[in-house]
Amino acid sequence: MSQSLASVAYLGAAILFILSLGGLSNPESSRRGNLLGMIGMTLAVLATVFGPRVTESGIAWIVIALAVGGSVGIFAARTVRMTQMPELVALMHSLVGLAACLVGFASYVDTSVPFQGAEKTVHEAEIYVGILIGAVTFSGSLIAFGKLSGRIGGKPLLLPARHWLNLVALVVVIGLGRQFLNAPDAHTGLAALVAMTAIALLFGIHMVMAIGGADMPVVISMLNSYSGWAAAATGFMLNNDLLIVTGALVGSSGAILSYIMCAAMNRSFISVIAGGFGSGAPKKATAGGQAEPQREVVAISAQETADLLREAKSVIIVPGYGMAVAQAQHTVNEITQVLRARGVQVRFGIHPVAGRMPGHMNVLLAEAKVPYDIVLEMDEINGDFPDTDLAMVIGANDIVNPSALEDPTSPIAGMPVLEVWKAKTSIVMKRSMASGYAGVDNPLFYKENNRMLFGDAKKMLDEVLAALKG
Amino acid sequence: MQTNSAQAAQRIGVPRETYAGEKRVATVPEVVEKLLKLGFKVAVESGAGEAANFSDDAYRAVGAEVVPDAATLWAGSDIVLKVRPPAAQEVALMRAGGTLIGFIWPAQNPGLMQELAARGATVLAIDCLPRTLSRAQKMDALTSMAGVSGYRAVIEAANAFGRYFSGQITAAGKVPPAKVFIAGAGVAGLAAIGTAANLGAIVRANDTRAEVADQVKSLGGEFVKVDYEEEGSGGGGYARVMSEGFQAAQRQMYAQQAKDADIIITTALIPGKPAPKLITAEMVRSMKPGSVIVDMAAEQGGNCELTVPGEAVVRHGVTIIGYTDLASRMARQSSTLYATNLLRLVEELCKAKDGHAVVNMEDEAIRGLTVIKGGTVTWPAPPLKPAAVPAARPAAAPVPEKKSGHGHGGGAPVSARTLIIIFAAAAALFACIGAFAPAAFLGHFTVFVLACFIGYMVVWNVTPALHTPLMSVTNAISSIIAIGALVQIAPPEAGTGGRPDELIRWLALAALVLTGVNMFGGFDVTRRMLAMFRK
Repeated sequence: MSQSLASVAYLGAAILFILSLGGLSNPESSRRGNLLGMIGMTLAVLATVFGPRVTESGIAWIVIALAVGGSVGIFAARTVRMTQMPELVALMHSLVGLAACLVGFASYVDTSVPFQGAEKTVHEAEIYVGILIGAVTFSGSLIAFGKLSGRIGGKPLLLPARHWLNLVALVVVIGLGRQFLNAPDAHTGLAALVAMTAIALLFGIHMVMAIGGADMPVVISMLNSYSGWAAAATGFMLNNDLLIVTGALVGSSGAILSYIMCAAMNRSFISVIAGGFGSGAPKKATAGGQAEPQREVVAISAQETADLLREAKSVIIVPGYGMAVAQAQHTVNEITQVLRARGVQVRFGIHPVAGRMPGHMNVLLAEAKVPYDIVLEMDEINGDFPDTDLAMVIGANDIVNPSALEDPTSPIAGMPVLEVWKAKTSIVMKRSMASGYAGVDNPLFYKENNRMLFGDAKKMLDEVLAALKG
Repeated sequence: MQTNSAQAAQRIGVPRETYAGEKRVATVPEVVEKLLKLGFKVAVESGAGEAANFSDDAYRAVGAEVVPDAATLWAGSDIVLKVRPPAAQEVALMRAGGTLIGFIWPAQNPGLMQELAARGATVLAIDCLPRTLSRAQKMDALTSMAGVSGYRAVIEAANAFGRYFSGQITAAGKVPPAKVFIAGAGVAGLAAIGTAANLGAIVRANDTRAEVADQVKSLGGEFVKVDYEEEGSGGGGYARVMSEGFQAAQRQMYAQQAKDADIIITTALIPGKPAPKLITAEMVRSMKPGSVIVDMAAEQGGNCELTVPGEAVVRHGVTIIGYTDLASRMARQSSTLYATNLLRLVEELCKAKDGHAVVNMEDEAIRGLTVIKGGTVTWPAPPLKPAAVPAARPAAAPVPEKKSGHGHGGGAPVSARTLIIIFAAAAALFACIGAFAPAAFLGHFTVFVLACFIGYMVVWNVTPALHTPLMSVTNAISSIIAIGALVQIAPPEAGTGGRPDELIRWLALAALVLTGVNMFGGFDVTRRMLAMFRK
């Protein structure tokens, strides 16, 4: 295959990737979007393998490597449970980061393509940046994976003077960069590169450790964006336009997703990345803060919940991370089916940051085969709560907290929330009275029209379902 | 009227409707009181409200002046409120430069428009109200008249139908409930659905606009779908003409409903076009004897082939009611509603409450209504700026006209200052790169920046429900980094000047395995996720 043919194939692949991302913007075209992505990837890989840069001796190795990697990947994809999806995605990001590092190192030690003057400087700067981003992505994603899978506690780890630490790391990285670019021989350069990699790895760990569990959706999509930038940097380093285009596509789309998540929480991107949310010792001296904890909550049983559901004409279900943890989505779907068969209007209200990954709840409900046209976004459904008989909150807390709107001193003040308290009755299903990730007390629980159903979401919903059928 | 001194209160006149059989009147005593409070004087022609059971005395009691004949009334009124479009002799009576408010139907009555313009009149046609404007709903007389007509249509049908509507089990035997099919779920159709359901009938309804299905259900009806994919909203809340294939599927559905239903009420109208023929003679023949069809579109030619406008006829044992005056048959009710609609309009015209109407052409609602301004024809009004109604979205939410676009809060334009700062920073950066970077780099840099923008454009509109699949597919795509590993894995054929082949191969191999996991795993898991999304 000639160089021109390979270039044209790359162009085709780039177009397919763009169409793939475009196709993912709505459910109708999303499957085709994924397929286009696969075709694009196959095209890109084949064009490279049969292109001018790969010699025949390498093909055997390539086949082996892809077969090993591919089978591991497909095995993981087939066996992962939908509730573990965020972990899997985080883990995969780390792989891209690590791969970017390795390619960067390999490119540095590869002396077969000689560079001179400014070109050499640019090439080495590209390597440096590529490895930097790759390393941050790698270690950051690993920590995110650990946090999401519960191997590392969800609470933010806040070292004293952490912003200074980050600043020092940045200065050292820049200093090492100078040293690297001016290195007299490959050996000194490599030393600087390795030192920088170590710092970047530590920086990645530190950055994600400082971010609380509630901000995980933002972190995941941010890491996604990083893995794209890493690919783009690799493209610069290898003079490969396809890598640049694809990396930039992934990078900018990830950045936009992060931005959307932040906007949904009414917070700036910087404040999320700076971390430490919800740990700033919630001010108990707030207006309602003192009075509310003494107020009574009204607890009800599964049977009573079933009665309320049966009497309601319209129900809005608000799922949160608690539903994911308890694996309750299938029971939720069954309850939905029973209610719909009775002519009850059942809809789902999804907060943009419910769960631990953007769109987490949508995926879980889709897995349980809840039809997606009754699953609505916050903005679509918030106006309907006043006309709703029953709002059922399943394992969510901060996203239904009225103090976000009512109490300007609250740490979550200004965050748009689902206004479940405007429904005639609301039921909150929770394991206990503990507060959510943001560590903020929730006045919703004490509202007159609110009922609490304590217990594991799955177990309680099973009982509700039995009572509904009985 | 502008020539009148600002001090003199204007006089609103209400003549008796001259159209044969028209029983409605443009204002009722209750509303007269409120018009007086706005500072106007009100005159009513003697006998104007008689057919709607409002006596002259009732008008007098609330402070209206009762004028003996039409000529005096028209001559003495600055503003005339009417129901039907004025007849030629009425236009002749009209004071030059006066104001007329009522149904005009400018598209159907070009001659009338000419005559009114010739008299230098200002005419507000209540039928030209921009109905999608939520502010305008209080003035929407078409809606209130259609509501009355829909109710009356069911009553007429019940009158002609020889059975109960509700199912009953009595000592004298079991009575099955009547089956009512309603074609077209506009305002009239919805009113008919509600009325028929309340009488106990089994109600089914169809409309080309799929989004009204929930409204049908909310009134106790069942929505019957046409088995064909096409969206029928034609803007402004009206239906539009559908394709051939759709019409075939629709005919089949109607044929089926005709066989099954006891009562069919048709309300299908497309503005400015003859009513679509939904019910063929063949379908009428297939109906059970004693069945009833009420054709609410009779005035525009009727939805049924056998309709005789203005009459009730029996064909093939089926009573076909083609009355064109359904609203007028409930004159007291429809007059009250109509009068209130006009009152709201007059309120809009007279915000100062000084008894002086001002036609403000800047106001979108008023602009739409005004078909002639001071003798100049201003109809048709320019189209409204698109209202905040979402364009047809595939995953249409059951809540209609709720919110536009996608759920992200972002999208508000950035302030000018921030924009300038961003542009300045970008310009500085670009200048810097341009000054130092080698040419080869710039080529790549161009590609890079453009790709960033494409990514931004493509992803911005993604629905939040798909954030996870999107992330997982972008993750899979980022394994494009495999290309980097691929080109490194084998040594170049040419001289390998001190290249540590082994080391590079192992590094590249490791990278390739890692991206392999990501590539296959990422696409596969996305496929798995997307397979679960279903309607």
